[in-house]
Amino acid sequence: MKVMAAPPETAILQVDDLSVCFETSRGSVQAVSGVSFAMAKGEVYALVGESGCGKSTTALAVMRLVPPPGRIRRGHIRLGDEDLLALSDEAMADVRGRRLAMIFQNPLVSLNPVYRAGSQIEEAISLDSVPRPVAWRRAIEVLGRVRIGDPAERALRYPHELSGGMRQRVMTGMMISRTPDLLIADEPTTALDVTIQARILDLLMDLCSHSGMALLIITHDLGIVAEIADRVGVMYAGSLVEQAPVYELYEDPLHPYTRMLMRALPRLGKGQGRLETIPGSVPDLIALPAGCAFHPRCPERLAICASQTPVSRVVGGGRTVACHRGEVDR
Amino acid sequence: MLEYVARRLAMGVLTVLAVTVVLFLIMQLMPGDPIRLIADPDRIPPHQIEALRRQWGLDRPAHIQFIYWLVNIVRGDFGRSIVTGQEVRVLIATRMPFTLMLAVPALLLHYTLAVPLGLLAAIRSGSRLDRAIIVTTSALRTIPGFWLAILLMLVFAINLRWFPISGYQGPRSLVLPVLTLTLPMLGGTVRLTRAEVLETIREPFVLTAYAKGLTHNAVRLKHVLRNALIPVTVMFFLALPWLVGGSVIIENIFAWPGMGRLLWTAITNQDLPVVQGIIVIIAVLTVGANTIGDVISGMLDPRIRIELEEGR
Repeated sequence: MKVMAAPPETAILQVDDLSVCFETSRGSVQAVSGVSFAMAKGEVYALVGESGCGKSTTALAVMRLVPPPGRIRRGHIRLGDEDLLALSDEAMADVRGRRLAMIFQNPLVSLNPVYRAGSQIEEAISLDSVPRPVAWRRAIEVLGRVRIGDPAERALRYPHELSGGMRQRVMTGMMISRTPDLLIADEPTTALDVTIQARILDLLMDLCSHSGMALLIITHDLGIVAEIADRVGVMYAGSLVEQAPVYELYEDPLHPYTRMLMRALPRLGKGQGRLETIPGSVPDLIALPAGCAFHPRCPERLAICASQTPVSRVVGGGRTVACHRGEVDR
Repeated sequence: MLEYVARRLAMGVLTVLAVTVVLFLIMQLMPGDPIRLIADPDRIPPHQIEALRRQWGLDRPAHIQFIYWLVNIVRGDFGRSIVTGQEVRVLIATRMPFTLMLAVPALLLHYTLAVPLGLLAAIRSGSRLDRAIIVTTSALRTIPGFWLAILLMLVFAINLRWFPISGYQGPRSLVLPVLTLTLPMLGGTVRLTRAEVLETIREPFVLTAYAKGLTHNAVRLKHVLRNALIPVTVMFFLALPWLVGGSVIIENIFAWPGMGRLLWTAITNQDLPVVQGIIVIIAVLTVGANTIGDVISGMLDPRIRIELEEGR
């Protein structure tokens, strides 16, 4: 089953029926099951969902960096015209950084503590066989591009001498230094305080609009999604349950899980007192419930939900949803 | 960095000073009178014994004696052996090269074997190769040095006649004692290297290194090993004095003319000046190696450097 929200000729990333599992002593953990989505050039696509819903694993799978014992069981990942899962390790390493890069959640531990900030960027740039002095000069330029003041001096600092926001900028600089077509950002602001968050998001947005780079952002923060995403994919228990352009998703969420997620958002001026929560908890990925993974928590479940897994359907305007409810209602 | 080195050096000097104080106190507390060892009171009249006591400075208060002793040590004068009358300085200087001749190759062999083995075990962690490396080196670690020495002598010197059985008769004599020093120590370093590499591989910055496009080998060399080997390098420097001081038994078994054997003989003959001299040398070596280890770890890890420069 293929769902293509963006036409294939302009798609920069196309993920089809991706499944990732982790073999553990307790059994096989189905972290990602049958996820399909596509991204257009320059598009900002947000993957949202609760912790453990498989959004980070999806991102790592695109990078082919799923940590052992995890492995990609099924599916296709195409970056432009390249079939990523068919590449050798060396060819994949060559794609990383050059065409496809990723920044991580915790900038405090994601830079190597023993190398200077500039050297770590220089190391990325010299992968394009650039002589070292040139690479160093470009590394300083990159630090300027990610809006670090006094870049020549900051390049000489070690990571522990820089603030969290500064370190995330260094990381971003390192990853965009070779102008990739697609940047993946896994909760890039979660570890930072709110004012810094806004500046990092601003920076990411600017980098996208200036260079035409596509951004796949992983977050659990629907506020961030509303601010920067063009399209959104909602994940639950390893499946992509709904995807839609950002306004339509906020205006008219189709999947019951998305609706509950929206209601759980704190709103100013509503004065409801308590925040709404989604009753129940995320299912055990080793023993997923039969049928729709969400049905035990779903207030709108039907008899069919417990027995048959809903298939993603295209619902006008590049929207997809995987819910039996819609088939009956609409 | 210079300030850091200076601070470490000052600490080292203080530590050596503390060792000499303790050593001197132990000497003072030892039963027996050194004058009686060289002049039998049954045959020598009391006024001559008093004269001897004055001549050796033993009539002075203890703290004055300590200062004299310390000043002499700083000038390199460790006194004379009570048994042979030779200068302790000369004794140590003739024996030291033999001990280093064992210790340095043992240390180099130890690390050139242990680090790659530990790395291999970590990269192939959980495999049969990993288990074989860990089991073998751990088993070697449990073998007592003296037993291994005798076994090696029996097989390679007596049965196969490949190497001389004992004493120093040219470079071939080095093989068996160096092996005896090296083999039991491999286990610790292999495990340390393996554990550090495994821990570092899980660090998020390793994922970053892959994400920016480095190959497996580049990540392993520049990011994993570079960080994992910091503690291993420090251990290298801490091991040197241990090898010098710890070769007492091995040198005895192989009749090796080194410091360990000198110390052994001095202890059994109650030759105090020699014992003191060797202990001071070992203390200086230990503190020196610790200081070098600290400075090197500061050079390798900027976080440690900052901590020590600004923290205290």
